Amino acid sequence: MSILMTLRIALKALNRNKMRTILTMLGMIIGVGAVITMVALGRGAQATIEEQVKSAGTNLININAGNFQQGGVRQGAGMATSLTAEDATALRQVPGVQYVSAGVNSRGQVIAGNQNWSTQVQGVDVDLPAIRSWPNKYGSFFTPQDVNTAAKVAVLGTVVSDTLFGTDVDPTGQIIRIRNQPFKVIGVMTSKGQGPFGQDQDDTIFTPYTTVQKKLQGIQHINNITVSSETPDTAPVSDAISVVLRTRHKLPPGEPDDFMVRTQEEIASVRTETTRTMTTLLAAIAGVSLLVGGIGIMNIMLVSVTERTREIGLRLAIGARGSDVLLQFLVEAIVISLFGGLLGIGLGFGLSAALEKFLQWPTSIPPNAIAMAFGFAAATGVFFGFYPARKAAGLDPIEALRYE
Amino acid sequence: MAAGAAAEAAGKPSMAETQSVKPVIEVKDLVKTYHVGEVTVRALRGANFAVTPGEFVAVTGPSGSGKSTLMHILGCLDRPTSGQYFLDGRDVSRMSKDELANVRNNKIGFVFQGFNLLSRTTALDNVELPLLYNSGKNKLKSAERHKRAMESLTAVGLGERYHHYPNQLSGGQQQRVAIARSLINRPSIILADEPTGNLDTRTSIEVMGIFQKLNIERGITIILITHEMDIAEYGTRLVRFRDGKIQIDQKIQHRRNAVEELAKLPPPEPEEPHVPSDEKPVEHLGGVV
Repeated sequence: MSILMTLRIALKALNRNKMRTILTMLGMIIGVGAVITMVALGRGAQATIEEQVKSAGTNLININAGNFQQGGVRQGAGMATSLTAEDATALRQVPGVQYVSAGVNSRGQVIAGNQNWSTQVQGVDVDLPAIRSWPNKYGSFFTPQDVNTAAKVAVLGTVVSDTLFGTDVDPTGQIIRIRNQPFKVIGVMTSKGQGPFGQDQDDTIFTPYTTVQKKLQGIQHINNITVSSETPDTAPVSDAISVVLRTRHKLPPGEPDDFMVRTQEEIASVRTETTRTMTTLLAAIAGVSLLVGGIGIMNIMLVSVTERTREIGLRLAIGARGSDVLLQFLVEAIVISLFGGLLGIGLGFGLSAALEKFLQWPTSIPPNAIAMAFGFAAATGVFFGFYPARKAAGLDPIEALRYE
Repeated sequence: MAAGAAAEAAGKPSMAETQSVKPVIEVKDLVKTYHVGEVTVRALRGANFAVTPGEFVAVTGPSGSGKSTLMHILGCLDRPTSGQYFLDGRDVSRMSKDELANVRNNKIGFVFQGFNLLSRTTALDNVELPLLYNSGKNKLKSAERHKRAMESLTAVGLGERYHHYPNQLSGGQQQRVAIARSLINRPSIILADEPTGNLDTRTSIEVMGIFQKLNIERGITIILITHEMDIAEYGTRLVRFRDGKIQIDQKIQHRRNAVEELAKLPPPEPEEPHVPSDEKPVEHLGGVV
């Protein structure tokens, strides 16, 4: 018997019991729909993270000072004083390095007119906008001249600018006070949004790192160095940086680094991994409903085989082979599951769109998830359809014909 | 010629050796033993007989005599415990399941007491059903299948009702559809198991008329299982079973003629569409084609 004919018979048989077919299908529809929605949510979250990482710059390498240790007392990371501006200068020679910016962090109360705001003050070098691909909104960034002279100039993040001067006001040329020292505002950065850890990247003030060192902190060392590599392949560059810094810090082999090199990729991968685990978990839970749907198919197919025992007996008597009967029932189960799977994909799309529209949850449906859900639905049909079909095919024609 | 062979064979159970015409059915020492729990049922205890082409054999016997078991073995629905069964010269008693399915499809036409038509399926589709299971070179195209099914339906006088569903047909008409179905693959034999068991007298005669016509005009071999003696008398030969053995095997002396009898009966009432809630419970199979 040809497969096309088998399919026709299966469709007719399913059509005969519409309500039952639809209810059985519902199990598959919900199962596949749930899997797709869950994967879409997970992928949406992942895409958001990737977007955030990209906004921070994919070719970024951060070097932080290591922990400070004195007489067995360990301070927190970044407290070591071993990192210097000369280190930053030396890194410019490392092959693959594009831009380098030394960084010194500080916090302080900022006052402008009758407004004040507590924010972080980042001492950086002139290349930072290039490293972060972060242009100015108003004014300009400071110059090497400003760095050399430790000029009291400040470039504001949008949050700081908006808080102190109001939105859409160009504060260039105004004077603000950071820790009671006057700074001239020479520019405002464009809005950058959330960073990879959810922090607000716009709530900050940039000044030359020398200014923070000398005027605000009174220190000689720096806290971190931000490097951009020429290509997104940051691993070899970060390795080379480690080697240079170890040499400069005269660390003998076996001694641990007194600095930490982290690429943006590494930072991102931790969060991506977390999200992926969640996605997998959610999809697995949704997969349980697919399993339940499959059991529903098996149940209905078993009922159907019992109901149609005499039909099976007749078919066997007039020359159907066991394999013909097996195929007939298997195809019915597969039609239910595939059709249900198809509708389930539709449901998944609908649910994802609704979540995005009404709850503003980012969703993204990867094409392979559709293929997977569909394949999974088909596999469910075959798996759960096989036992009833084999039962039908194994019937004794004599007893089947006598069945009341 | 067929009737002659049957006449010659009448009364001689072991006539197979003397046959000049090759038998279509030949069984030798057929034994079938069932085990039902601890009880052993010896349904057939060594049956021997042969049927030549064109015979119309009526198999009778009380229930439990083994005639149903014989029917199942002849129909290739079951295999004997021991002994041999030659159908068209081939030993089918040791064939595989799939080979048997093929034999049932090609060589044997079944007619059942309960018609066993698929409900919600037209007469034409019901008749076509065995063609769907033809294998290999016997496969037919859709148009050819329709043509064959129409021919078959016309042969039983139901050509006009090809698009009717079983529940729109009377019991007799349904049985005629079943006969058309049994004919579709041009089988060597037709096995009819109590074909008139669900029918009234007049309809029974009509159905027997069709069998006689197929037997006489087309020379189709028919094995009819019945426990009604008057139905058996439409055949050419009577085989009576008792306790798993053939008790009587003889020519039927005064063969009844269904066509003549029908002519003598008062004209039938106009055929009403069959109502399933009639006094005759007719079961339909749930299937579809």
